[in-house]
Amino acid sequence: MAKKLISLTVNGGKVQREVESRVLLIHFLREDLMLTGAHIGCETTHCGACTVDMNGKSVKSCTVLAVQADGAQIRTIEGMAQADGSLHPLQEGFRTEHGLQCGFCTPGMIVRSYRLLQENPNPSEEEIRMGIAGNLCRCTGYQNIVKAIRYAAERMQVKEAAE
Amino acid sequence: MNVQAPVQEREAALEGIGCKRKRVEDIRFVQGKGNYVDDHVLPGMLFGDFVRSPYAHARIKKINKEAALALPGVKAVLTAEDLIPLNLHYMPTLAGDVQAVLAHRKVLFQNQEVVFVIAEDRYIASDAVELVEVEYEELPPLVDPFKAMDPGAPVLREDIEDKTVGAHGPRKHPNHIFNWEVGDKQAADAAFARADVTVKELLSYQRVHPSPLETCACVASMDKIKGELTLYGTFQAPHVVRTVASLIAGIPEHKIRVVAPDIGGGFGNKVGVYPGYVMSVVGSIVLGVPVKWVEDRIENLSATSFARDYHMTGELAATRDGKIVGLKAHVLADHGAFDACADPTKFPAGMFHICTGSYDIPAAHVEVDGVYTNKAPGGVAYRCSFRVTEAAYMIERLIDILAQKLNMDPAELRWRNFIQPEQFPYNSALGWEYDSGNYPAAMHKALDAVDYNGLRAEQAQRLADFQAGKTRELMGIGVSFFTEIVGAGPSKNCDILGIGMFDSCEIRVHPTGSAIARLGTKSQGQGHETTYAQILATETGIPASMIGIEEGDTNTAPYGLGTYGSRSTPVAGAACSRAGKKIRQKAQMIAAHLLEVHHDDLEWDVDGFQIKGLPERRKSMKELAWAAYNSVPPGMEMGLEAVDYYDPPNFTFPFGAYICVADIDVDTGETKIRRFYALDDCGTRINPMIIEGQVHGGLTEAFAIAMGQIIDYDEAGNVQGATFMDYFLPTAVETPRWETDYTETPSPHHPIGAKGVGESPNVGGVPAFSNAVNDAFAKLGGIHTQMPHTAPRIWGYAKGLGLVA
Repeated sequence: MAKKLISLTVNGGKVQREVESRVLLIHFLREDLMLTGAHIGCETTHCGACTVDMNGKSVKSCTVLAVQADGAQIRTIEGMAQADGSLHPLQEGFRTEHGLQCGFCTPGMIVRSYRLLQENPNPSEEEIRMGIAGNLCRCTGYQNIVKAIRYAAERMQVKEAAE
Repeated sequence: MNVQAPVQEREAALEGIGCKRKRVEDIRFVQGKGNYVDDHVLPGMLFGDFVRSPYAHARIKKINKEAALALPGVKAVLTAEDLIPLNLHYMPTLAGDVQAVLAHRKVLFQNQEVVFVIAEDRYIASDAVELVEVEYEELPPLVDPFKAMDPGAPVLREDIEDKTVGAHGPRKHPNHIFNWEVGDKQAADAAFARADVTVKELLSYQRVHPSPLETCACVASMDKIKGELTLYGTFQAPHVVRTVASLIAGIPEHKIRVVAPDIGGGFGNKVGVYPGYVMSVVGSIVLGVPVKWVEDRIENLSATSFARDYHMTGELAATRDGKIVGLKAHVLADHGAFDACADPTKFPAGMFHICTGSYDIPAAHVEVDGVYTNKAPGGVAYRCSFRVTEAAYMIERLIDILAQKLNMDPAELRWRNFIQPEQFPYNSALGWEYDSGNYPAAMHKALDAVDYNGLRAEQAQRLADFQAGKTRELMGIGVSFFTEIVGAGPSKNCDILGIGMFDSCEIRVHPTGSAIARLGTKSQGQGHETTYAQILATETGIPASMIGIEEGDTNTAPYGLGTYGSRSTPVAGAACSRAGKKIRQKAQMIAAHLLEVHHDDLEWDVDGFQIKGLPERRKSMKELAWAAYNSVPPGMEMGLEAVDYYDPPNFTFPFGAYICVADIDVDTGETKIRRFYALDDCGTRINPMIIEGQVHGGLTEAFAIAMGQIIDYDEAGNVQGATFMDYFLPTAVETPRWETDYTETPSPHHPIGAKGVGESPNVGGVPAFSNAVNDAFAKLGGIHTQMPHTAPRIWGYAKGLGLVA
């Protein structure tokens, strides 16, 4: 099958690869770039386990073609921690508030929450619940995920105020 | 002389039992560094995919592989005919039946595995699936379990048509699997004959699916030179998988390594052995390279492991003042096309006979008939211990129905029938010995917490307003007081394929005082790496942060029966405690040697031994670990290791009181869960943070089951609801807020008194939701409406009661 050359930025690094035009972004990330943090839970855009940030929006990478990401800026869970290895406040929050159990939804959930907090730095509980409604979790019942996102929002605001 | 930190400080440093320790697993998970099955890539790995049946019941006339084989990148196309010479076209199930690996002559459910294709990548495999031509002759489907044993019913299992005796006794019909009964029928009949009041209701617990976010998957790798098979997979019970693989494939068990890496949720879905696993192994043996198989979501929901599908006709008999004198039940169990239920061998209906619940019922009799239908096989315990959810649902609904008939408050009726604290250990009419409980105390705390009387007064006012035309919203209060039976189990009555349901822990303490412990269970999100270390920390005095926990690799972990049925804490947790005590015992001998005293002159103090009355003369566990490698007493072996295989003397019996408050709009059928209070008693609490998380998750699954989940079939046997578009998984928006609470009644027979908690909220939650919905209509002529309580169904129910124009 014909291949197309795509160039994109993933977690701050330039990537150039030839891909078949039918290859899904999630498979490209997981199998070509070996970024296995985002997961496949349904392949129908329902569960959000494959969520990555693309050009400033949350996308479900199981229903985006890799060729559609040509020229895109992409951030995955692997790009959330600082270069020095220190965790993002969302990552800290999920651990501190017990916002995960099996961990399968977690990468998508954290990347989605990141965009939510970019758009709304101080969301209410209702806004958080609505904001993560595209990401399914089978383990936690969401209550601690909501707390984890509030935890991160508070710390990110404190940090921003300090800067 | 050692200068000791205060006791509290040293205890805190251990992060032992009772500590809200943060999870060690999360460090990798929050960074996307979990290691799940689909993350595994082996050199030369191929990808397998199935051609599945579009029909529920059909004869296979012809299979044409040519076009698929001609596609570049396709390596093999396998059918049942290819498996027959290997005798692998059928595999044994855990329930004593066989299941087709690839359909042989007939297909028996929609999406059944018919052909396995293996190709260079998953895209080519998908293309090849499309190119395989299968010619079918449709046969009449059997969908309704109530018609399975009709004289003219189509015979589904031609492979066992002549077998008049199955794994669990005589079969009455070619579509009959088993009849199983327990209890004293004569005594139950007599109780009903003399009772003032009786109730009888058909309570159907619909077919649902556990649907973990990660589907089932495996990578099989056969090294033909060494004759060794490595199998990575989504296995809740990896050791059992190794034994089954050895029995099926004829490879000696020591030549098989099964690895369950990180698992993205199980909930019972990952207990069984599926055709995808077998075909990956076959593919790897045939082709000599690794073969990966990963289910997609439709395959997961429609082919691997449904749960429930129990149609329970339950009856209670009582005196006029509400003392229950008897229980009877007949269950029609729809097992689908093959009996692949995951139950201990002797119990074809699992622990269903816990269905007398939390009540002192003197006479009871239960009978279960299992039947085949043209539906997917399975019958797994979706977040419960072997049919306990079904049992709890039946008794908790029946209690409410009886209360309604007696015109008594449902909490009051429960109160009058509780097994009393002084009756423990309590022997139930159906043969269980309940270990411990204080039901009235738990119920009291729950009713107070929600101001139960206030809620009932509000509900009465709401009903009056509804009847006066002032509101169109009804209020329902659902009470559920459940008792579980978990921690399977005593080898005297529990085995899987003849292997007793023990579990195990091996611990090795290193010279510098850290340790590695390995167990026979397998976490799928429960946090074992965190909690087992807490148990060992308390027992050995080694900080939890210095104890690594490993599970899931059969080459290193001791044999165990895996994680399901809330058995990890009751069984492997007990093995942890006992292995830890063995470490401590050896350390005590070493300490006595070093301190030059008799070991009886020593006492344990948090993290070391001290001479009685001379606390400044002590040896810490860290010092003793070092000494174990250089200064042991004469005649003692070097090293500091312990192994424990724990065969529990009994099950454990967690319990709880749940109260759900719902508001129902009769014109739309929409239900709002206003409040949900859950009190759990799981005995000794190892990590309260994790317990709370388990309760939140289990309640959310209970909410999903009660309010929306169903794997339904149309008349032609087409599966309805096999995508996330149709199958209800609640999002953060629909999910109610949870209030948790607890009492703590330790198990008297468990080394640390722990009972297990992961499944309690699902077991107790479902009846609480259903009771709340039914309670809203109880004074308007409603007796029972079947789950799931979706808006259209509730609206239809309200309409049937004449409440909607």
